[in-house]
Amino acid sequence: MSTANQASAVKLQRWPLTKGRSKRVLPGFGLSLGISLFFISLVLLLPLTGLVIEMSAMTFNEFWFVITDPRVVASYKVTALAALAASLFNGAFGLLLAWVLVRYEFPGKRLIDAVVDLPFALPTAVAGITLATLFAANGWYGQFLTRLGIEVAFTPVGIVVAMAFTSLPFVVRTVQPVLEELAPEDEEAAVSLGASDAHVFRRVIFPALWPALVTGVALSFTRSLGEFGAVIFIAGNMPYISEVTSLMIFIRLQEYDYAAASAIASVILLASLMLLFAITVWQARYLKRLEGR
Amino acid sequence: MASTRSKSTQHRRVGDSPAVKWLLIGIAITVTAGLLIMPLVVIFTEALSSGWSTFADNLLDQYTLHAIGLTLFVAALTVPLNLVFGVALAWLVTRFRFPGRKLLITLIDIPFAVSPVVAGLLYLLLYGRNGWIGSWLADYDIQLMFSWPGIVMVTVFVTCPFVARELIPLMQQQGSEEEEAGVVLGASGWRIFRTITLPNIKWALIYGVVLTNARAVGEFGAVSVVAGNIRGQTNTLPLHVELLYQDYNVVGAFTSASLLAGIAVFTLAAKGFVEWRQARTLSRLQAQETV
Repeated sequence: MSTANQASAVKLQRWPLTKGRSKRVLPGFGLSLGISLFFISLVLLLPLTGLVIEMSAMTFNEFWFVITDPRVVASYKVTALAALAASLFNGAFGLLLAWVLVRYEFPGKRLIDAVVDLPFALPTAVAGITLATLFAANGWYGQFLTRLGIEVAFTPVGIVVAMAFTSLPFVVRTVQPVLEELAPEDEEAAVSLGASDAHVFRRVIFPALWPALVTGVALSFTRSLGEFGAVIFIAGNMPYISEVTSLMIFIRLQEYDYAAASAIASVILLASLMLLFAITVWQARYLKRLEGR
Repeated sequence: MASTRSKSTQHRRVGDSPAVKWLLIGIAITVTAGLLIMPLVVIFTEALSSGWSTFADNLLDQYTLHAIGLTLFVAALTVPLNLVFGVALAWLVTRFRFPGRKLLITLIDIPFAVSPVVAGLLYLLLYGRNGWIGSWLADYDIQLMFSWPGIVMVTVFVTCPFVARELIPLMQQQGSEEEEAGVVLGASGWRIFRTITLPNIKWALIYGVVLTNARAVGEFGAVSVVAGNIRGQTNTLPLHVELLYQDYNVVGAFTSASLLAGIAVFTLAAKGFVEWRQARTLSRLQAQETV
């Protein structure tokens, strides 16, 4: 640490007057800026121009006709409702899992902590065929659920299961660090004053956790909206009932109807970019509040 | 265990009562086992359900071998590109302040938010025969879509945030004092990076690469839009899994799936190892500072 302090002292002596330079003591600004901008422009932004051009060839009526087609509208509903159900499940279970991993010691804890990230590491297509196999009427889970009259595979419930699986890590990994950093003093004081656990959780712990929880649920929802690989194997893909919007785009592409595919894609792209923007703004506000304390 | 118990009797915290504690642990273990561990068991059980010799036959099938080769080839091109980009971006946003910095950090999250099918479509519209770049390239007889370059391009798109996302929080936390000391002592930029930055970020970088690799070999949605699914030509391993599954060759599908699941398990193990190394380095540093 002392060498670092000396270094910054020396730095101030050597460049007392060069404005801007003192901020950029380190080399590589031009190079890293060049690589980053080139890459982001070429890989992330340039492809958007193709969509814009394809869309500009359509009239508004054509566009409206495609995106309000009843089968497509049904797919929006299926996708949004399933994503909502999956992200709410992940909100509840993710919070529980984060709590258990931070607060308790028990055998197998390390294994559970490690396996939480499996959905990010496992290819979605593999997750899809595996869940379909588990929940099929003759599968390990399916045979029990069928007896109870619950059908998961090839129904919208299957879509929820696939989405919940692929987006499970988000809530756990956003709530876990906040829970670890939570100072125990307020909580211990409240408990020692005789407040019940439920009361302290609601009044002391939850207020500190909920911004992270909302972020996690929103990330989970965004991811679920776009999920394709895991969903199509278990959904059954019946028009109006269990088709997700990503699949509608895929079907239009297979029909070589690029204009329709682009129109539907623009809807889902706009929705996901707005969600991403909202989450970023939300996180910035929430981080500022944390720093302000 | 003993120390935590004596601590908890002094300062009781929420959820410390054994009934609540074991109920929550029970739910966590049951749901995790059912939702996450069981699928892994199913993959390997199904792959081996017709015995080891069938497993070997499925694995050595010429189309499977071709899919493995293509998948490794795509990953071998994607990972270095995203490694260079991820390190450059992390260096840029953690070592300098400049207007537009926050925007850059938000932009690299786009691939997380965009549906993979939409990602594939964007590339198809631009580089396909009707796209403005694609039609121009077609004049020179260059076809990117429905062949391996298209697969590499969308894979780069989908996996580009991972290295940067692993590095940025760590480099932010470490600060740039050590590197500034290097500048003052007259070291060149490359030397500073190699001898100061790289050792500090080594493990996060390795995990970023492992994660990029896992996603690169496993990408399905975006690749299936641009690959054209030509068996023996543009079939990557995930597409091969789909093809076999749709052909009702379930054992074959799970054989290929088990390879991908193996890579996923390796990825999780790598993450555990990297976190363990980082915790060890951190506690050593803290020990040094107290001395």
